[in-house]
Amino acid sequence: MYGQGILKGLFVTFKHFFNTYVDDLRYAGRKYFRQDNFEIRQGLKAQGAFTVQYPDEKIAVPERFRFTPFLVVNDDDHPEAPGEDWCTSCGICAKVCPPQCIWIVRGSDPATGRPIPQPTAFFIDIDICMNCGFCAEFCPFDAIKMDHDYEMASYDRTRNHIHDKERLSKPLSYWKTIAPTTALEEAIARGGWEHPDVIKAMKKQGKTPVEPTIDNMWPKAPVTDADEIADKAPAAAVASSTKQAEVAGDVKTQDVLPEDPEKAARLAKREAALARKRAAAGGMPSSEPTTVAEAAPAEQVAEPAVVVDTQANAGPDATPAGGGKPKFDKQAMLEKIRQKKAQKGG
Amino acid sequence: MVDYPIEVTDVSAAVTSLKQKFPEYIQEDTRQGYSGIIVDRNYLVEVARMLRDELGFDYLSSATAVDYYGISDHMEMVYHAYRTAGGPALVFKAQTPRDNAEIPSLIDVWPGADFQEREAYDLYGIRFPGHPNLKRILLWEGFEGHPMRKDWKEPYYTEEHKPFDSRWPDGWVYRAEERNVYGKNVQYPADFDLSKLTDRSEEALYSELGLGVSIQELDSDEALKTDRLVVNMGPHHPSTHGVFRMIVTLNGETIESLEPVMGYLHRNHEQIGERNTFLHNMPFTDRLDYISSMGNNLGYALAVEQLLSKGTRYQPPTYRAEVIRVLMTELTRIVNHYWAIGFLLNDLGAFFTPALYAIAEREKILDFFEATAGSRMMCNYMRFGGVFKDLPERIHSVAAKINDMMRDYDTMDYLTELINERIPRSIDELDTFLTDSEIIKARTIGVGYLPPEMAIAYSAAGPLLRASGVPYDVRRADPYSIYPELDFDVAVRYNGDIYDRYLIRLDEMRESVRILKQLLPRLERTKGEPIFAGNKQHTPRVPLGESYGRVENPKGELGFYVVSAGDEKGPQNPWRYHVRAPSFINLTPLGPMCVGHKVADVVAILGSIDIVLGETDR
Repeated sequence: MYGQGILKGLFVTFKHFFNTYVDDLRYAGRKYFRQDNFEIRQGLKAQGAFTVQYPDEKIAVPERFRFTPFLVVNDDDHPEAPGEDWCTSCGICAKVCPPQCIWIVRGSDPATGRPIPQPTAFFIDIDICMNCGFCAEFCPFDAIKMDHDYEMASYDRTRNHIHDKERLSKPLSYWKTIAPTTALEEAIARGGWEHPDVIKAMKKQGKTPVEPTIDNMWPKAPVTDADEIADKAPAAAVASSTKQAEVAGDVKTQDVLPEDPEKAARLAKREAALARKRAAAGGMPSSEPTTVAEAAPAEQVAEPAVVVDTQANAGPDATPAGGGKPKFDKQAMLEKIRQKKAQKGG
Repeated sequence: MVDYPIEVTDVSAAVTSLKQKFPEYIQEDTRQGYSGIIVDRNYLVEVARMLRDELGFDYLSSATAVDYYGISDHMEMVYHAYRTAGGPALVFKAQTPRDNAEIPSLIDVWPGADFQEREAYDLYGIRFPGHPNLKRILLWEGFEGHPMRKDWKEPYYTEEHKPFDSRWPDGWVYRAEERNVYGKNVQYPADFDLSKLTDRSEEALYSELGLGVSIQELDSDEALKTDRLVVNMGPHHPSTHGVFRMIVTLNGETIESLEPVMGYLHRNHEQIGERNTFLHNMPFTDRLDYISSMGNNLGYALAVEQLLSKGTRYQPPTYRAEVIRVLMTELTRIVNHYWAIGFLLNDLGAFFTPALYAIAEREKILDFFEATAGSRMMCNYMRFGGVFKDLPERIHSVAAKINDMMRDYDTMDYLTELINERIPRSIDELDTFLTDSEIIKARTIGVGYLPPEMAIAYSAAGPLLRASGVPYDVRRADPYSIYPELDFDVAVRYNGDIYDRYLIRLDEMRESVRILKQLLPRLERTKGEPIFAGNKQHTPRVPLGESYGRVENPKGELGFYVVSAGDEKGPQNPWRYHVRAPSFINLTPLGPMCVGHKVADVVAILGSIDIVLGETDR
């Protein structure tokens, strides 16, 4: 019969259409409002439409994801050398960079003029960077890594797209947060959590560096109190751009201008979430999910919607340590939707 | 198969019989690391004819030029010819002085040399007497100079080779345009008036097609007369999959001739490649055919590994590395064919429903690429002697942004589910969805017919060649990696029309799934084994010589011709880096294929060739 093929094809279309609703029914119409089903919705058993509602939802990128590079520095709570560069300005990253977007000024001793293993300046032109990851791959000191922050659009390319050393530097704890498995593998290869040169020096002195394991990934007494971080982060963001003022894990504060409180608040949320995750990874009891919202200064938190965001975000992270599943706050979600609608109307 | 007068089994026998016939005009190429023969350019056509007719080398894979400026101050054309029955290449070269460079055209022997000779003329300035349409192909008429010549410098020229000295140890940053301000980066002759500058390239293009209205003809007494109509399809046209233009001459709705115009995405990829170090080129190959970057990576890695293997300290990739490479390239083939089928349907007018059904599964594969290589499309995964990193234990993510949603799967479970369940299911679904549809059949059967002899002569490759009944697949004809030990069939269809090109892609996907299923136990078995035999080097010294690495990419045969020359110790930068791009060469038969069809069919025929402009224009 003529037309049979078309009908057969249309049946496939109908099946897709139908499956989408079956899938929706499975979640009782709350497909996009539940935090715990994302993995299933996006997973290999998924049926029907599996749209991601960006930017309300973002797929967290895998560990090896590479965007632009950043420089690893010591954490700010490092006992001996807080904030010290890992980069020794050996120049390998600049050599292996295919589009040649890395610029390094090698440090030199002002007294003798001899080169010292520290960069005076370090620039990456992110307009030229092709995100290939060679710099991170071939750095012998694990001092340059690929960042996961892909939302870098800006209005002024001439001012914002050449990243200097200050902008590029992020603490090791940040790298441990975004790529825990890789960071551990690298530390095992180095033989310790410290910079390779430090480890070498320790070995020379006869000391054995602590063998890196998943348990000592984070310091024994980490800043577990999310309140404290949430308090400090926005303050730091507004206050100063010097490295000493930065909070552990805080990486973007220096870019935030004082007149941008909303961004500062957002950053604070993120820091809090990171801190909690760190606490969870370190085996510490996870704090109550509500603390962030309470702790953050009222004037910094622009609207309750953001608070819900943070909770939602941190929820699944906390699951492995906390044990129980995070509760779905229907009331808060409804509030968020209402607000969004109001904003649109306004 | 055709019976050839001289029974030959391998390349050396062919060379021997060539030498017997032309003892004075053929020399062995004895330069260090080179192979093949050098033919006196005056006898090139005769030699080529004998190669094709008597020795069975019926397929010209690649024809490209090399400029030996500063080494021996000559230019040469390098040809790679194959038998479609299989076997390695016969490399033959013809040399010419750099001034007034001239080499006879081989277009009469292999019409597939058409675009490649035009490219050599465009970029190197070698003229090909006998070529009927010798004009620029990637650059525009009126471009000054031939940019692949070693003594040509571009406006933003910094240094001859990377790494640039300005980056370290005194790398104070600046932008190229700060030193070379826009508007001041060009020079005009003193008496030059910009306002009187008129571009005559378009006019030249049309007048060559014999267009324009003749008054005498208009005034003639013939009662009814149809004028020919020129339609420019593209460069901005959704059906051209990028910026590609076809100048179509129509008689009513029927196509009388079609001329492809390309180069809108040209960036002189090959010259960038010659400035780069060998490793630098790896991420650049991703940007060629950006749908199947893993395949591009493999082709380039094979070419450089061939060169490295001439050295003493080279260690071939480990078995696990080879398994992973094949895994990645076969997944890429599936990704590419999903895309090709989906967008072929778009071209036929079935807007986006088939395309989205097809690329839904592609997302899952790209998720796997992202977790393994770090990027969804610009994978940059292969290295010389191995791969970037082993497969991750788990495909998992870490939330770092607000609203980040987490996922966590075991890699092998993910792959197993994908390969055994999801991909076959969705291929079957596409099959049910499209294959029997009467609309598709009406639009595609018998349209864009390419007979097998013509497909071979025009150097068509990949699904385009195999849909015309030529079972030629590099994976079988000249095997690489671990393909010899894998069990799969070369898909072949015999009708040579759009419908068969669609079907053959389904067949190839099924064969790929078959290969992938065999890879799963190999992956399990080799778990924990190293992915690198030696040390990973960022600037290997590459022994002198030439190599041609070719792989069966989803779009056809992808070849990389790499020459390492100059520095005696082994240079860091390739002297020549040429890409034999299937998307580019597969366009050669586009014109003949379209003649006689309706204008709406052009879109479908182009879609069935499956081109990516990043690779076409390079």
